[in-house]
Amino acid sequence: KPLEGPVQNQIQFPFGYGLHLENYSASSGHYPQVPHEAVPSQLNNQYVADYHSACYSIPVQSVMTPSVGPSMLNTQQSQQLYSGAPHPVESAGGPTQGAISSASHLHTSVPQSYSALSSHYSSLTSSSVASQGFPLSSGHYAMPTVSSAVYPNLSYPSMSIGSPYGQVFTSQSLPAVGQFEETNAFPGQSSTVPRTLPHQVPLGYNSTSWSTSDFQSAQDNFSRNHTGSQAKASSQINTGIVLSCHCLKQIFVLFLYLFLAIDSSSTTSSASPVINNYDALEGGGYPETNSATSSPAPTPQTSRAPKPFGYGYPTLQPGYQNTTPSTSAMQPSNPGHHSGFQQYPQQYPGVNQLSSTLGGLSLQHSQQPESLRPVNLTQDRNILPVSPVLAPVPNLNSDLRKLNCSPDSFRCTLTNIPQTQALLNKAKLPLGLLLHPFRDLTQLPVITSSTIVRCRSCRTYINPFVAFIDQRRWKCNLCYRVNDVPEEFMYNPLTRSYGEPHKRPEVQNSTVEFIASSDYMLRPPQPAVYLFVLDVSYNAVEAGYLTIVCQSLLENLDKLPGDSRTRIGFITFDSTVQFYNLQEGLSQPQMLIVSDIDDVFLPTPDSLLVNLHESKELIKDLLNALPNMFTNTRETHSALGPALQAAFKLMSPTGGRISVFQSQLPSLGAGLLHSREDPNQRSSTKVVQHLGPATDFYKKLALDCSGQQTAVDLFLLSSQYSDLASLACMSKYSAGCIYYYPSFHHSHNPAQSEKLQKDLKRYLTRKIGFEAVMRIRCTKGLSIHTFHGNLFVRSTDLLSLANVNPDAGFAVQMSIEESLTDTSLVCFQTALLYTSSKGERRIRVHTLCLPVVTSLADVYAGADVQAAVCLLANMAVDRSVSSSLSDARDALVNAVVDSLSAYISTASNLQQSTLIAPNSLKLFPLYILALLKQKAFRTGTSTRLDDRIYAMCQIKSQPLVHLMKMIHPNLYRIDRLTNEGTIHVNDRVVPQPPLQKLSAEKLTREGAFLMDCGSIFYIWIGKSCDNSFIKDVLGYPNYASVPQKLTQLPELDTVSSERARSFISWLRDSRPLSPVLQVIKDESPAKTDFFQHLVEDRTEAAFSYYEFLLHIQQQICK
Amino acid sequence: MESVVFIFSLIDCCALIFLSVYFIITLSDLECDYINARSCCSKLNKWVVPELIGHTIVTVLMLISLHWFIFLLNLPVATWNIYRFIMVPSGNMGVFDPTEIHNRGQLKSHMKEAMIKLGFHLLCFFMYLYSMILALIND
Repeated sequence: KPLEGPVQNQIQFPFGYGLHLENYSASSGHYPQVPHEAVPSQLNNQYVADYHSACYSIPVQSVMTPSVGPSMLNTQQSQQLYSGAPHPVESAGGPTQGAISSASHLHTSVPQSYSALSSHYSSLTSSSVASQGFPLSSGHYAMPTVSSAVYPNLSYPSMSIGSPYGQVFTSQSLPAVGQFEETNAFPGQSSTVPRTLPHQVPLGYNSTSWSTSDFQSAQDNFSRNHTGSQAKASSQINTGIVLSCHCLKQIFVLFLYLFLAIDSSSTTSSASPVINNYDALEGGGYPETNSATSSPAPTPQTSRAPKPFGYGYPTLQPGYQNTTPSTSAMQPSNPGHHSGFQQYPQQYPGVNQLSSTLGGLSLQHSQQPESLRPVNLTQDRNILPVSPVLAPVPNLNSDLRKLNCSPDSFRCTLTNIPQTQALLNKAKLPLGLLLHPFRDLTQLPVITSSTIVRCRSCRTYINPFVAFIDQRRWKCNLCYRVNDVPEEFMYNPLTRSYGEPHKRPEVQNSTVEFIASSDYMLRPPQPAVYLFVLDVSYNAVEAGYLTIVCQSLLENLDKLPGDSRTRIGFITFDSTVQFYNLQEGLSQPQMLIVSDIDDVFLPTPDSLLVNLHESKELIKDLLNALPNMFTNTRETHSALGPALQAAFKLMSPTGGRISVFQSQLPSLGAGLLHSREDPNQRSSTKVVQHLGPATDFYKKLALDCSGQQTAVDLFLLSSQYSDLASLACMSKYSAGCIYYYPSFHHSHNPAQSEKLQKDLKRYLTRKIGFEAVMRIRCTKGLSIHTFHGNLFVRSTDLLSLANVNPDAGFAVQMSIEESLTDTSLVCFQTALLYTSSKGERRIRVHTLCLPVVTSLADVYAGADVQAAVCLLANMAVDRSVSSSLSDARDALVNAVVDSLSAYISTASNLQQSTLIAPNSLKLFPLYILALLKQKAFRTGTSTRLDDRIYAMCQIKSQPLVHLMKMIHPNLYRIDRLTNEGTIHVNDRVVPQPPLQKLSAEKLTREGAFLMDCGSIFYIWIGKSCDNSFIKDVLGYPNYASVPQKLTQLPELDTVSSERARSFISWLRDSRPLSPVLQVIKDESPAKTDFFQHLVEDRTEAAFSYYEFLLHIQQQICK
Repeated sequence: MESVVFIFSLIDCCALIFLSVYFIITLSDLECDYINARSCCSKLNKWVVPELIGHTIVTVLMLISLHWFIFLLNLPVATWNIYRFIMVPSGNMGVFDPTEIHNRGQLKSHMKEAMIKLGFHLLCFFMYLYSMILALIND
């Protein structure tokens, strides 16, 4: 019986591939597959310190000096970032009062020994499998002897149960036993494909044939008859349209053929559509393209299946699935009654004992959650906490909370998900996720396993929040399908025991990384390829960035992530494009000039990108010579477009990373731009124009690059307007990153050149993932509709990231398509599939679990104000580009007005006239005001267009922690650092001064203040600052002798210097980009840089915080 | 003469109907992940101008031949086509932009628009057919 599976697969595969054989050109010869040994995953231990570990409180008193000004701004109520129905009054019966500490222990005590049960189960499952009509699955998940029959030619020998995979923490190296070697991937691949097709295995590198890959392992065949669109939550809505479209299609394709003969390829593809390869790669489950019209999938076991009591796993029974709980009069915790129960929890004193059946059902712990405490904003002036704001913890039981994903990687704007879209509309808060998926992690479980366990219907990776129905089956927490547990998964490598699938690392950690098998490859993993495109026109040489870049590269050449296949190349350009032949064997680098910029070509395609290790000497020679080669240039033109076209041609066979250094407006060839900025309009309060790109050249180029797995990173070092709005497109859509150094000059502007040096060091040495795709899945009922970040949305939910870097953040907006009535938990899973610089295909999976609530008060209680503000900022950037800046500003104000007025109308017992916010949202108006005063959105203050655009780019691509510092910097007083509340990090004592309000009233002339703006630290010194501070910390005798441009604190041997430096270096260590320090004296012209961040103060063009509150209040009352 | 006008309109209308169907099919392909956003948009953008021209010709023809009712019926749609074409931001790759089509429900609104146009053209088709027959009989 089990052997039937493979046999059927052999029949099915040829059909699947038959259509596309001609596309597979086997050019794998390009890629010498060098064997690797076990490779320890390399991670930069950036986040060493537990950033938020020290909480302490020092009361801060402030004087209330409100200068009441009448609000002038006349915002339009119709401007809303997120649309919603008018907010009716929620008739919730007061704040929910829960007294249940849900002490459910999901996996704590297993009462019976598994070994005793295992025989019982094996018989039981096999029979159930047969009755469910899953013959293929049983074949695949048979005993190990059978599975080795499925993989006959595997070159890794040990498939025994004893060593199918090893769990590794990053500090260790992978155990050699039972590990997939990447080099064996393709032999392995050919073995999974039936022998009838041994040579058609798509080693195809032919870049245009991306659409031809169906590397599904045997079990995926089974899911082919699932409806293709079922995986997407949104498909339910569209089914009608889709089906009708397909009926139409059947009819009209013929017509089109006969009469119009338009675009024959397109009609063919709609008649027999080409497989969407990316889907096959990561999503994987739906290779059969005509599935939408085929019969629906076999009904999965309904989620309402009664609790399998007979199986004897009571503690494994999770409460968050939709099983009907056991019939017991003692169970008020029945999810079905959960809303009623929440309101009268005190009546069930014995509920603690029952809470194990509650599972993830969330209930309040205290009388009234702290986050719901009403705060009168106009009266409470000290709303800013003294320590950095922490992410709210989802209201889950302690077990799930422990397992949940770290908020640094994955955050939701609402930690209590509203049950219906109507409730979400009432709350007037945006629903979305903030992601930092490729963050540097110090501890990451890496899993090497021959089978990666995923849900068969929605392709979700197994995660801590799935439910094990019994030992052999698990229920997907996203689509509720019941899946089999593969035999291999029964063995736990950590405990070396058999029969404990729920103790596996995948099920114990919400952030894991899998080493992927060849099923997850479209082509052999690419090598690390780096191409540097350098501007050498007069402007660039004058600014002198070349020396810094070449020096940084020379220093970090050995630290570039990569393996023995790493390749590197250089292109320079002014009005012509210069290539450098670095082929091994030459005595010195050879420059090849192409002056035909209208039709740029590669002079010697093979020797321009060379192996880093073989040609290292030549590369070093070139880097040493490059800064001096163009010193006497008189060429002022810049042919950026042609240089980029050449770079694209050079990179397209492999993919990789292009780093572009540009110093002015491109003025020649394709993609030339004209100056669009009118300096007189810089401080205009009316219309800000030219926020969008001027040409689609860079966008097209980026999409071409993205298709060839190439990312373009832009370093713009310019002194005048360079139309960043257009240039940024090349990075935005190719998943690159953007760095901007306004008025860069190597000697006149030391702060910028220091920043460039530091950025480059990080840029060159940080982890990198190539040919990446990311998919975000969420529980059925939720759907993702808008994506933010540097990425290209390739198909509905698949994000194509040519490169992924640890500093990239993403955001998505969601809506609730179907109400979540039959579930009490929702989960989100991000899967990032990438090729590491060592040529390993890896999948990093994060899973976040959040409770569902039914009352509006709970929604407010769970609001994550920082995440909401960051998401709103992303939405506002989109709005200002697509509509106008003033629209975006109005929408931001309305976001506060709407949510607060919705809250006030909820809490009926509150006075309508006062401005009340729940504690969870008390910082909302402050953050929005800060956002309105941010460079990206401010009006009335002189802002260069490029600065504004760069701020917008950063909002879109920075992860939440960095973005928050950009929006609302942290201000500390550092002239009186004490030992109070210090924390110890790596044998260093780090003082923890309290956070100060961003207001000039907090600054005193006697003090010195540190402002942490994320990428830059300002130290402001008051005029009559204590001389001992200046002497002990800055190393100057008095205030007058402190120079204007001081960018470093000297290492003095005094207590206060020690404290200040350890505090600053502690702040620096908590982020990847080492920020530049700038000491600002009170009378220096740089003062404005510092004071513009004091967002609570009034400026000529903008409200103070108090005025803003009054404005909001007025809007609410209207 | 009148019959010639309507025969031409009928043919033009047929072409527009097929074009609408083609739009719907391609968009639904994108919705189902059969093609990627890039190829979908480049396919569709190719046909935006022909559609615009085709429809404008009929509208102008109706104006010239003084069929006021049909002209007024066609005018809003023709204006919308032209407006949509003109209002494309300079950085976009046409009416259908692959980088934005998946955002903010654009795909759905494009789909809706194509559906409405299909319905409109079908209506026009029968109207032209009727008018043509009427004109032929009168001749």
